[in-house]
This record gives sequence, structure tokens and C-alpha cells, in this order.
Amino acid sequence: MTDARLSDFPVDDLISREALADERGLGDVVRQVIFGRISTQVAFFVVVVFIVVAILAPWIAPYDPVRQSILQINKHPSWDHWLGTDQFGRDVLSRMIHGSRNSLIFGLLSPVFAAFFGTILGVSAGYFGGIVDRLISRIVDMLMAFPELLLAILIAAALGGSFWNIVVVLTVAFTPGFARVARASTLAVKQEPYIEAAVAAGVSTPLIIFRHIVPNIAAPIVVLMTLWSASSIRIEATLSFLGIGTQPPNPSWGNIIRDGLSNMFATQWPIVAGGLAITIVVLAISILGDSVRDVLDPETAR
Amino acid sequence: MARYLFFRLLDMVPTVFLVLTMVFIAMRILPGDPALVALGPNADGGQLEAFREKMGLNEPLGLQYVTFLGNAVRFDFGHSLMSDVPIGTLIANNLPHTIYLTIASVVLGLVMGIPFGVYAATQRNKLPDSALRIYSLIGYAIPDFYLAAVLLIVFSLNLGWFPINGEGSGFWDGLHHIFLPALTLAMLKSAFLGRLTRTSLLEVLGRDYVRTARAKGARESRVIYRHALRNAMLPLSTGIGISILATLSGSVAIELVFNRPGIGRLLINAIQERDYPVIQAGVMMFAFFVILVNLAMDIVYLIADPRIRMKS
Repeated sequence: MTDARLSDFPVDDLISREALADERGLGDVVRQVIFGRISTQVAFFVVVVFIVVAILAPWIAPYDPVRQSILQINKHPSWDHWLGTDQFGRDVLSRMIHGSRNSLIFGLLSPVFAAFFGTILGVSAGYFGGIVDRLISRIVDMLMAFPELLLAILIAAALGGSFWNIVVVLTVAFTPGFARVARASTLAVKQEPYIEAAVAAGVSTPLIIFRHIVPNIAAPIVVLMTLWSASSIRIEATLSFLGIGTQPPNPSWGNIIRDGLSNMFATQWPIVAGGLAITIVVLAISILGDSVRDVLDPETAR
Repeated sequence: MARYLFFRLLDMVPTVFLVLTMVFIAMRILPGDPALVALGPNADGGQLEAFREKMGLNEPLGLQYVTFLGNAVRFDFGHSLMSDVPIGTLIANNLPHTIYLTIASVVLGLVMGIPFGVYAATQRNKLPDSALRIYSLIGYAIPDFYLAAVLLIVFSLNLGWFPINGEGSGFWDGLHHIFLPALTLAMLKSAFLGRLTRTSLLEVLGRDYVRTARAKGARESRVIYRHALRNAMLPLSTGIGISILATLSGSVAIELVFNRPGIGRLLINAIQERDYPVIQAGVMMFAFFVILVNLAMDIVYLIADPRIRMKS
């Protein structure tokens, strides 16, 4: 749930002048984030480990994640099965490792797509103003009124849960937030003398937007992307838990917990494993996101 | 104020219209023939035709849309495909449970969150403050259904203090059944509200009127609760509204874990049974609920902050 909390995210705080006037390159920012606080380093390490595990899943998983075995039902952890087995005799550790792919990919894909569409919408609204602005802002406001997770559930309910449907769902749910930030940042940047100079020099509108506006509003967008990749991992987990996300027998952390819950009288290991994985990854990414914000925008650092 | 309210209500019309249109489009772009989906692959041509006739699927799309809007405005959602029960009845049976859960979790969340936030703000950068920071970080990261499952395993399955599922009968039994689900949501809310209380209180504590109150010798508890907290209430009331909205989406998973009746479980079951009229109704119920909470939040604003009243 809890995704409504993101609506509370101080979007306007992201748009301070300091952040917009930032001269540091991407490399400097990354270095500052990674070599910052010890908690950030731990978080970074955790995220890297999870990504490596997801990439290497087919090679490091000890068993086939969907192979069932009637002889191995509901085993507790042992040397053969580190996290035990589920009610179908499937190895829980292998399912967790393969599930990390399904869980993490949404955390990477959807914020990128949402940032892309949101930026287009927001920049158009901010730059052109007038009826374009009113129309886009109106729709964005309406969508923002809905908590992201609720919006995701509603769309998933209508479309059903295939891989691309979930990507679409999360993208639609996150786009309004990006649009709002991009619009506000564009409005601020538009006032800068260099835009005025570019207009006076007769630079074409698309060139102004892509060369002068977009690079200068990138910082808040990047911050929002990191923060929302944490949410989209959690939302994907929730959708899969509800049975409208990743479809069984394909594993994802959410549906591992779902299977575990219907079998909780026999073994509780799948629930514990799936839940801890989600919590740790989301925690690590949000700590990273906070650090990115602090580095990009010291003004609002708390 | 009446003028403001009037325009605020008028403002809801396009939102409601947009939601209805989105639901209509979503239901029409579904892959496959709805009749085939509803009746299954074994239905013969006559049955399919009868179903299409009954659901108005043979009408032109524009007419379907108008009929759909008309029915929605009259809260006439039709019948469930699975049980043929009027959907109004289904909602009447389920909605109260979701409302009870919302109220219980919001009350519990406030009782847990606000004092924690106040305590952390007064002990800034000391142990309680760090404790709140960690509590709210974990509260943000942990999925609600996982927390629910953990509480269920510990307190119901292993300790046996609470019933494993259902809604109970009668007030006390109902309270016994609602405690763990409400506690799950309340813990997540208090993580959020506690942090919010701390932040907005700290902002206010540096103000002149707080210093004045201290200078005239008011007791610290009076300074905090009478002078500071009251002024910190405005951002907090937004936070409460947001956390009520979060309960809506949260209740879907929680009702599933604790096997409680409610709108969330109604919706999820309908999705699994592909009971489209029920999905449609469930989606609209949630949407209307969101719109109402947003309206209520604006009204609370109006009452809490006279400056907004003056402006309108």
C-alpha cells in the first residue's frame, strides 16, 4: 500500500534553483552518492548484489524454479534446499532467485518509461502554456488524486496481468508525477536568460526544448526515478500477491508470498523469504534515492 | 465559503466523468468477446447471442456509453455474472467491513503515530528520533501484505491470541477479528504520520509564537500540544487524508490475507472470476471513495485554515 505516501512526496522541493543551476556532471554526482554516507554504501552494495543475482539467475539457481516434485513437498530448510520447498515441492531459493528478475525488471523499466512520457507531457505543458497546459495539467491533477497502487490495481483489473500489461500499468500510474515535476521545472527554467537568448537567436523550438530545457530539468527527474523504482518494485509485488501481476508458475517475490500464505500451516519459509527480499531491496533503493536527492539538491536535504 | 464549496463540488463533475469514461473504455478494450469470456468456451451460439442481448452488447457503442453513464449515475450496476446477485446487494454486504477497517486503522494509526512523532521532535537527534527514523524507513519499505502475514503467523497461528480469519459476529467478537488487520495498516500509517508529525512540529517549534509561549512561562506540554501541534495540524491533516486513501488500496491485500469480507476482496475475487460487472462496480466504488476523501480533505482545510476561507 503506502504508495499514497509518495503523493506526499514534496515534489515542489525538487525544483529549487540550486538544483537547476547544477553544473556537476553525471559522473561527479554518482561518485558523490556512492562515496557518501556509510548507509548509502551499504544500500548501494545491496542493490548491486540483487541485480547481479537477477542477471545470473539461470546459472546460480540450484534447481529449476518451476519443476514440481511430489516427494519434496513442504520441506524445511536443509543443505539440499536452503530455504526449503513449497507445497508443489519446488525449491524456494531457486524461485526467489528467478523471481528477483521479475521483481527487479519493473523497478527499472517503468520509472524510465514514465519519466520519458511524463517529461514530454510536462515540458510541453510548461513550455507552450495556454490550452495545452490547461488540458495536460487537468488530466495530471485528476490522475494524481489516485494513489499509485490503487490506479495500478484498477488498470491491472481491467487489462489482466501479463508482463507488458504490468509495465503499462506502472508507467501510467507514475507518469503524472513526472509530468508535474517536469512542468514546474520547465516553468522555472523558461525564465532563465539563456532561453531568452536562444529564442532571440532564432533557435528552433524543438532544439530549445531538447538542448536547453531537458538537460536543465534532468536532476529532479532522476531523483524521482530512483524513488519510484522502489515503489514500482513494491507495487509489482503487491499486484503479484493479489494474483493480477506476474502469473504463476512464473515466480515473483509477490506470488511466492501468495503461494506461501495458502500453505502457511505447513511451512512459513516462503513468506519470510519473499517478504524480506522485497523489504530489503525497497529499503536499499529508497536510501539510495534519498542520497541522490541530497547530493543533487542540498537545499532540501533533511 | 458556500461559494467555494459550490465550485469545489462542480469541480468534481469532470473528474467523475473522466473516471466513468476510463472504466467504460477499459471494459471495452478487453481482449476477447465478453460473452465468450463470461460464459466459457462451451457456450453455444444461442446462449452467446442471448447474453449479448441481455448485456446490451449488440447496441451501437455510443448508445452503450450513454446507457452506461445513466446506470452509473443512478448507482445501478446490474447483476453479478457468477451469482446473479444484484451488485448493489454485494456492495451493501461488503462496504461496511471496509469502512470499519478504515476507521479502526486510522484511529489506531493516529494514536500510535502522533505521540511518537511529538516525542521524537522534542528529543531531536536523540535515541527516540533515530528510532522513529528507522521505524518510518522500514514502514515505508515493508509491503503491507507481508507485515499482515507476519502478524498473522506470530499472533494467530503460533500464539493463538487472535482468530485466523473472518469478520466475527457481534461487537466484541468483531473487534477481536479486526484488531490484527487494523494493526497492520495502523503500523504503516503511524510510520508515515509519525515522521510527518515530527517534521511539521519541528518546523513550527522555531516560530515566534512558540518562543512567546515559552517566555510567558507556559508548561512545556502546553507549549507543545496547545501552541505548536495545533499549528502543525494543517500538513498533518493532508497526511491523514493521504493515509485514508492508502487504506483503500491497502485494504485489498489485507482483506485477502485475513480473509475478511470487504470491497477489496470483492474486487479481487471478481477479477479472478472475470465477473466484469462486479469489477466495473468495484473500480467505480474505489474511484468515488477517492474523490470523496479528496473533497473531505479540502473541506477540512477550509475549516482548519481561515486564510483559505478568506481567499475564496
